[in-house]
Amino acid sequence: MAELFLELFSEEIPSGMQARAAEDLGSLLTKALDGLNPRDLRTFFGARRIAAVLNIDAEIPARSVSERGPREGAPEKALEGFTRKHGVTPADLTLENGFWVLNKSLDPVSAESRVSEAVPDLLWKFPWPKSMRWGAGSNFTWVRPLRRIACLLDGHVVPFPLARDGDDAHGLKASNLSEGHRFLAPGAFEILSASQWQDELETRSVIVDMDSRRDMVRTGVARLAEQHGITVVQDDGLVDEVCGLVEYPVPLLGKIDAAFMDLPAEVMQVSMRINQRYFALRNPDGKAAPYFAFIGNLPFKDGGKLTTAGNERVLRARFADARHFWDLDRKTKLADRVPALTVVTFHAKLGTQAERAERISKLAGTVAQAMGLDGVQIAQAEGAGLLAKADLTTGMVGEFPELQGVMGGYYAAHDGEDEAVSRAVAEHYLPRGQSDDTAKAPVSVAVALADRLDLLAGFFAIGELPSGSGDPYALRRAALGIIRTIRDNGLRLDLTALFAQAANGRTGDELAKLPDFMAERLRVQLRSEGERHDVLAAILTHGLDGDLVRLLARTSALSDMIQTEDGRNLLAAAKRAANILRIEDKKDGPHTGAPDPELYTQDEERALATGLDQAVPAIETALKEERFTDAMQAIATLRPTLDHFFEAVTVNAPEPEVRANRLKLLSRFRATTALIADFGQIEG
Amino acid sequence: MSATRPLCFQDLILRLHQFWSEKGCAILQPYDTELGAGTLSPHTTLRALGPKPWAAAYVQPCRRPSDGRYGENPNRLQHYYQYQVLLKPTPEDSQQLLLDSYRAIGIDPELHDIRFVEDDWENPTIGAWGLGWEVWCDGMEVSQFTYFQQVGGIPTVMPSTELTYGLERLAMYVQGVENVYDLDFNGRGLTYGDVFLRAEQDYSRHNFELADTQMLLTHFNDAERESMRLSEAGVAQPAYDQCLKASHLFNLLDARGVISVSERASYIGRVRALAKAACDAWLAGEETSHG
Repeated sequence: MAELFLELFSEEIPSGMQARAAEDLGSLLTKALDGLNPRDLRTFFGARRIAAVLNIDAEIPARSVSERGPREGAPEKALEGFTRKHGVTPADLTLENGFWVLNKSLDPVSAESRVSEAVPDLLWKFPWPKSMRWGAGSNFTWVRPLRRIACLLDGHVVPFPLARDGDDAHGLKASNLSEGHRFLAPGAFEILSASQWQDELETRSVIVDMDSRRDMVRTGVARLAEQHGITVVQDDGLVDEVCGLVEYPVPLLGKIDAAFMDLPAEVMQVSMRINQRYFALRNPDGKAAPYFAFIGNLPFKDGGKLTTAGNERVLRARFADARHFWDLDRKTKLADRVPALTVVTFHAKLGTQAERAERISKLAGTVAQAMGLDGVQIAQAEGAGLLAKADLTTGMVGEFPELQGVMGGYYAAHDGEDEAVSRAVAEHYLPRGQSDDTAKAPVSVAVALADRLDLLAGFFAIGELPSGSGDPYALRRAALGIIRTIRDNGLRLDLTALFAQAANGRTGDELAKLPDFMAERLRVQLRSEGERHDVLAAILTHGLDGDLVRLLARTSALSDMIQTEDGRNLLAAAKRAANILRIEDKKDGPHTGAPDPELYTQDEERALATGLDQAVPAIETALKEERFTDAMQAIATLRPTLDHFFEAVTVNAPEPEVRANRLKLLSRFRATTALIADFGQIEG
Repeated sequence: MSATRPLCFQDLILRLHQFWSEKGCAILQPYDTELGAGTLSPHTTLRALGPKPWAAAYVQPCRRPSDGRYGENPNRLQHYYQYQVLLKPTPEDSQQLLLDSYRAIGIDPELHDIRFVEDDWENPTIGAWGLGWEVWCDGMEVSQFTYFQQVGGIPTVMPSTELTYGLERLAMYVQGVENVYDLDFNGRGLTYGDVFLRAEQDYSRHNFELADTQMLLTHFNDAERESMRLSEAGVAQPAYDQCLKASHLFNLLDARGVISVSERASYIGRVRALAKAACDAWLAGEETSHG
């Protein structure tokens, strides 16, 4: 066994590409060194390097391989070709099972030899998402200029040049050299082993382990915050990003000028995060604290005084810019910005944002009405719908698109719009993602749904449906947003009718696929919550019930029922009936219509007929009143009657009319179960 | 930087000239037509093409009509200076050279937080892109660092290192000033505002309110036609001049708010076509010339 160490030292790698690159390096090495039984892989990444350490066998042992050649008696030419390809003579071949076979024995391959061949190949083909050329003529590319390759096997350099086919690859070749911190420890040092490399880097002010850097950032920022009795706004994405920017993270705290503390907290946070990669902090009351945390790249000689002052100054300039937009934007009423949306294209085939705002407004009114809101709220929904996109023309949203909605809300409030209206403008983008809350205020809900209904109907109408991999208009997210908003608020809406409203008179094959698309999103969502796929198939067999709340209640009632003993047996009986009918219907079916009581010959038949007579109205009433558990109960009570029927009655009676009548009775039973769900879909 | 007085604006430029001159750069003077960025100068754009080495540094006044703020914003100007360096081929120690130049103007990387933050640079109007970084000093972007990969839609056969310093920002940082108009210009009491405030106010009015859009449109069309004609005649730099004029006219039209979103892309495409033709003409000339 030998320790293989590989480090690619370069100029600064984009933070967001490092983790993936280290992972790729590990998996590509593992694949390339397959014969050496690679194991115990560890990867490292940081601002200027990616590295991998793994254990491999000392050699690929001697082996024999056999190659199958042409069939015995194949034309001379075929045999000739085979021997030429392998550089052997027909005398070297043996005949096995009617084929000519070449048995070759391969010499052992040393790890060093395999590595020196595999690594340059891997580096030439490395899958950076974007890579570049540099220098005077080499076509070797890397994410940024590659400066050193360290490749060691148990501490000894595995010598190889990167050059190939007359390309000098910048003269790069394997060495045992690495570098520490750019400013604190310039120059190269010798690597002896992976662990010495890691220790030496730490001595040279590089924390090469990502988890350690994360820890330094998290605990360091938390400690600084604690000293001021404040807390940090958790942001794992930002922690990862800054950990890819610094080799030696040093958390520092800066002050926010009091003059800017009246800016909306969201504006401050977005400006700090996007522009500066600073962490936002909160007072115990949840309001923005007048501090920011940032991560320096070295322990500064002056404790960070100069750099803190510098960062504070930069933030003042950033906030001055934000204040410029904040002040300027508020000079124009949001309502007066609506006409400006006529020049903002939404989509070439779907018109401008102004047309979209009109549509959302109208739909929001319709949804509000369907939700049973009062006249004031309906008008508020329509008003908020019209204003919903107006902040797209503000300077602040132009600068920070992620603040769309949020800014509209602030500006609407500033204009003196009703609280429900400004809130709806702010909240209609909810939920923005999986972990985001849905809108709860009724007017906000109406606008949030209208926004998404218009989006879905519009893109389906022009045939822009999501494909397997691509969903450029985030239609899946929009559909899920509708589902979540309706569920969270327990809304009794007829989605089918609302889609028709959103379609706005448009028709077409693609548009007709929308309900199925929604049903599929619902299925995916419920599956991820642990619902059984067969139960969902049974409920969704006829497509989407426009009333999601009803559909969900039905799903959970069915799910509960099939877990009871009665339910399971009923299911078995239903399947048995369905099977018999399928087979017999093929012969001379279908066997529909009311069974004739005169033709019953056994009590068990009459009992089942009576049971069904009683159950059907009970089920229908229960379904109508949405007492799904009761409906399930009503059908489940048939279980003993059914058991007796199947025990005592031979459906395929010799007398044709008796047989036909029994099949009609079973058919009636199947139709009764179908009132509840498609039982045939349920497994077990 | 602590004991000595910080550099005034013009001394900062002189120090950079001194530094890059000692590194072997030709110190050129600003190009004499309106440019949106130092990159657009033919001393960078055209020279980045083809297989001939090149090293030059120059100050370039830049015009961004829509960034005018009537002299009221402490950080934004519609006219400002960039210090531009082009090194071809890319030196091995490109990053070190930049850091040394910071030391030369009084920024000590052990006291300040210098960071190379990913930036995929792209300029669609001249069909150029490259990979590199924004270079941060204590959280402020003070330079742009690009390894050119393509210019005029043509891959660079010999990639170059492009360094662009935002001079006002850098000077504000070095001087510890928060309003650009307060910058010490010459070390003898003249401020940046004394030199440029009036111009910022007047140009802002011109850019946003007064410029004759019909005339600008006519000029744009003229420049476009002329540029194409000159490229076809094989005179690359005059053709490129007309492309630059068209680009600036487009920026003015944009600031006047007469270009809709959908038209924008089409204008950018038209300017890019001019840049491409001029770059092609330049390369064709390089192949036949004796240099």
